[in-house]
Amino acid sequence: MATTSTTSPAVITQARTTPVGPISLRPRRTPLGDAWRTLRRQPVAMAGLTIILGWLLLGLLAPVLPLDDPLTPQSGNNLQEPSRDHWLGTDELGRDMLSRVIYGARISLPSGVLVILATGSFGCLIGAVAGYVGGWVDNAIMRFADAVLSFPSIILAMTITAVSSGLPWGQNRLLNALLAVGLVLWPEYARVMRGQVLSIKTNEYVTAAQSVGASSWRVLTRHILPSTDAPIIVKATLDVGAAIVLTASLSFIGLGVVPPTPEWGAMINQGFKKGIEFWWMSSVPGIAIMSVVMALNFFGDGLRDALDPRRRGR
Amino acid sequence: MGLWRYILRRLGLAVVVLLIVSVATFSLAQAIPGDPLDARISERQADNPRVRAALERRWGLDEPVPVQYVVYVRNLLRGDLGESIDKSRPVADELRKFVPATVELTLFAMLFALGVGVPLGIVAAIFQNRWPDHLARFVSLIGTSVPVFWLGLLALYVFWVRLGWLPGPGRLDVGMTQPPLVTGLVSLDAILDRDGAAFRSLLRHVAMPAVVLGSFAMGIVARMLRSSLLVALSDDYVRTARAKGLVERRVVMGHALRNALIPTVTVLGLTFASLLAGAVLTETIFSWPGVGSYAVTRAVKLDYPALLGVTLFIAFAYIVFNLVVDIAYGILDPRIRIG
Repeated sequence: MATTSTTSPAVITQARTTPVGPISLRPRRTPLGDAWRTLRRQPVAMAGLTIILGWLLLGLLAPVLPLDDPLTPQSGNNLQEPSRDHWLGTDELGRDMLSRVIYGARISLPSGVLVILATGSFGCLIGAVAGYVGGWVDNAIMRFADAVLSFPSIILAMTITAVSSGLPWGQNRLLNALLAVGLVLWPEYARVMRGQVLSIKTNEYVTAAQSVGASSWRVLTRHILPSTDAPIIVKATLDVGAAIVLTASLSFIGLGVVPPTPEWGAMINQGFKKGIEFWWMSSVPGIAIMSVVMALNFFGDGLRDALDPRRRGR
Repeated sequence: MGLWRYILRRLGLAVVVLLIVSVATFSLAQAIPGDPLDARISERQADNPRVRAALERRWGLDEPVPVQYVVYVRNLLRGDLGESIDKSRPVADELRKFVPATVELTLFAMLFALGVGVPLGIVAAIFQNRWPDHLARFVSLIGTSVPVFWLGLLALYVFWVRLGWLPGPGRLDVGMTQPPLVTGLVSLDAILDRDGAAFRSLLRHVAMPAVVLGSFAMGIVARMLRSSLLVALSDDYVRTARAKGLVERRVVMGHALRNALIPTVTVLGLTFASLLAGAVLTETIFSWPGVGSYAVTRAVKLDYPALLGVTLFIAFAYIVFNLVVDIAYGILDPRIRIG
């Protein structure tokens, strides 16, 4: 990293003694550029990326697309099978399923991404601290993480959602569900991050930074964290799918988002309650969730190969 | 002796984690707004001052919070998980009623996951990058990507509503009397009672939920086994086995598979957790009278003591299960004990 080498004396002295190689005629290569080149050659990963971008685009453009209102009931139009007028059918209040599932993308996708960003950063930070500081701090943090991991995620999420919905500030049901999902998912990041920090910590450049008097915080954020990499990013990609499914599961149970809002899990619940003979009501959002999760799996697996030089070309 | 130290350390860790888990559920109970008694008993009881006083003493609610926690743990050790609000019944009794059904469903799901996942993983590894591999990987990908609650609805629609091949929700045919309770697992009880009709009915009822519930674990098992078998197949001892002229079947089944199964066994703990989590949704869809559907009905009614009791119980089961897996693993593979 450029910032590291300008600020750390240890690296500067090392740079001075390193002989300058012959000038390369190839375009300059960066690790990210390499990863992207590998990724671009994987049709499956690119298909995944396309599906995700497609959903994002649909969600973004939803207000300007020629769609019916996803919320206003339309009498006389209810429970229609997919047809030319309503490509994906209508629900029990006559609302167009196509419109609802596209508006649903505006809820499910950003929530999934945001909740993983938040819980991932938190987990990474706390895991890094555990790994770097060690001792009883490490023990306390990791045993707490173990405790959280020993609840099956949905059970703990259910309990947290139920408890927080009774609290005065817990009236936003989507936020409740997301909070629960976030509280459940951080320990795995802490574990992965701690493992990485433990192994990076033994590198000489870390000892060097410590010996010139850099503070723990500085060593951690400037020297150790930039060296951690691929596994976390891949995990985060895959987990966006897990978060979407978990949030949808809570809504399906009836604890997360409630029906008028076109959240995918809530829509499946609506179909379940109406009766499974109206298969399109649960299948449309079900396929939507599946397509997103599968696309993230495709993309995440490709990303894993692309970011890990040892696996390239395998 | 290394083994005993390893077992003791695992046991100690499990106890510590259990304690933290109890602090967590206790804190959640504390976070419930309003009078803690109102959150634990029915309104009818809450109006009765004598009941209130008795319960306050029993749960130590008249004491400071740290003492309340001690009382809470002491009650837990006695198997007292509190009382469900709107049924006013001990949660522990309710659990005793619902646990066997979940165990039964989970076992059948595990059977499916291993019975299909293992062959799928083997086929995928042997035919790496050819069509059986692609097919197997696709099936396992579907298993891990489909939201279990939608898969359940779809299966019901296709196999029950449309084709009529399998019965709908429930554990036995309507009107069929349950065989006398011995183990609580209807399948075993039916065998013990020599009740063929009940046994067949159970198998037909459990098939769909078990496959739906097991599909995620099946995908994980197939995927894990494929990659570890691929690694094993490129190892030196496999080359040696081939060089000495062993038939390929024996090379794969006898030599490579045994080693490749180790990482797969490790994920079984993880798989168990995913099965318990999936059971919550699967049981709800298939009206399966287990802990999962109990937890959901309690959660939706905001019956906190029941919900917290179930949560604690499941975490306990999970910790014990993992402890057993860890210890078994330490016995099987001495290298693990050092970690």
